[in-house]
Amino acid sequence: MNSYASLSPMLQTALLGCLLILLATVALGLTRALRGPALEDRLAAILLLGSGGVGGLFLLALLLAAPALLDVALVLALLAAVVAAAMTRREVTSD
Amino acid sequence: MNALLWIVLDLLLAGLLLGLAWAAVMTRDLKRGVVLFIAFGLLLAVAWARLRAPDLALAEAAIGAGIAGALLLAALRDEPPIEERALGSHAIRDRRLLDIGIVALAGVVGWALLDALTYGEGGQLAAAVREQLALSGVSHPVTAVLLNFRAYDTLLELAVILTAVLGVLALGPARASYRHAGSVLRSLIRGLVPVLMVTAGYLLWVGAHAPGGAFQAGATLAAVGVLLRLGGDDRAGLPATRALRWLLVAGVGVFVLVGLLVTVAGLAVLQYPKDWAGALILLIETAATLSIAAALALAYLGGRPVGWDPSPAAHASLKQKVSDRC
Amino acid sequence: MTEVVALISILLGLVFFAAGSVGLLRLPDLFSRLHALTKADNLGLGFLAAGVALVAGDVRIALQLLATWLLVLLASAASAYLIAQHALRRGANE
Repeated sequence: MNSYASLSPMLQTALLGCLLILLATVALGLTRALRGPALEDRLAAILLLGSGGVGGLFLLALLLAAPALLDVALVLALLAAVVAAAMTRREVTSD
Repeated sequence: MNALLWIVLDLLLAGLLLGLAWAAVMTRDLKRGVVLFIAFGLLLAVAWARLRAPDLALAEAAIGAGIAGALLLAALRDEPPIEERALGSHAIRDRRLLDIGIVALAGVVGWALLDALTYGEGGQLAAAVREQLALSGVSHPVTAVLLNFRAYDTLLELAVILTAVLGVLALGPARASYRHAGSVLRSLIRGLVPVLMVTAGYLLWVGAHAPGGAFQAGATLAAVGVLLRLGGDDRAGLPATRALRWLLVAGVGVFVLVGLLVTVAGLAVLQYPKDWAGALILLIETAATLSIAAALALAYLGGRPVGWDPSPAAHASLKQKVSDRC
Repeated sequence: MTEVVALISILLGLVFFAAGSVGLLRLPDLFSRLHALTKADNLGLGFLAAGVALVAGDVRIALQLLATWLLVLLASAASAYLIAQHALRRGANE
């Protein structure tokens, strides 16, 4: 994509900084996955990781000039939803 | 400045991945371990993307995080609660052998890493692929390597999947399904399934000239099966037995057929004629996608679907026929 | 000029992501955490996507970003509901 190639170095630095902040934020939220007393708390952290991952992929698509990463973001969003559905149905047969 | 930021990003990613992997393996609560593993898979997909490997990122998101996560969760269903398990009964008998094995493996990985770091440009293979790309029938180098230059390896991978399916079928009948889905889950499934199917078709088609391909498309399609089973479909959307058998074999079958048929034209096995290469690759990839999707959905079922075994009457008549022949 | 607007949008998105993350960590119970998380993340991703679309300057890319964002919106809303329902059901059983 030609539009990506014209990223000014300052913009590149700014975007890179944003990606770092995003990753740090998601890492912070992941501690809930480690701690969270119940399974559902950990699932909520997975949701955060899913949206955060999609956001990170958006930024990476810009930084690396790779529109294919937008496809990866789509697949990630879809499969995160599938996994969330799979997790919450887990214990149903005991009902 | 930019280079420094990239390094910090890489360190953060690598540290997170290692931390998640460690936590996932060292935890005693299996549910927690599975969730951490899924988080690890999602983050690994982002890592592949950062390393400029979109094909791997797609595969990791679809297979590593999605399908593997669903399979692990399904396996957890029969796990007894943590209080019932005594840790002593799980002790490994010969720890020393295991320790030696791990050290050896770490040594090999370390040596490979050192070798890769001191390789210099490391571009010989990539340059060779790029030279021959025009002859391969596709314009995406990864697909060219997988489906043309190293087609034999991919054929064997599909055979491995088929063998795994045989293993799953040997486990016994599929376990009981879930009860009927509530309205929200039904709406989610109704919304996700068409999007997943279209995305799978897109990934299959786009694999010729952009990141994508049969494995990613197959896993995305398998997610449809997972969703359908979660919604209450006993068969995870799989067709009836006879069609299912054909589907499972289709990947390897079409690949072998194409490989053998080209010999009629005087070429070597799996050496596609130049003008037909693109079309043949698409044909093989389509069959492989359907096969992989069926195999993964069957694995999620965890056993033989209803109707796989012939009924007792049919079984008896089959035995009769076999013993008549012998 | 568009770059500045885009950057502001992205930063705004990051603020919302941070809000969601902090909410996940500091709020007292699961339901409040879910509430904060989904609202903040959807908005955060939306602003982020808008900023990225502005930088990219391509209509096709913008449409793809929009589609992915809408999908995340729907999926996370449904997932949050399912998680909350699961917790309720489990709490009622125990």
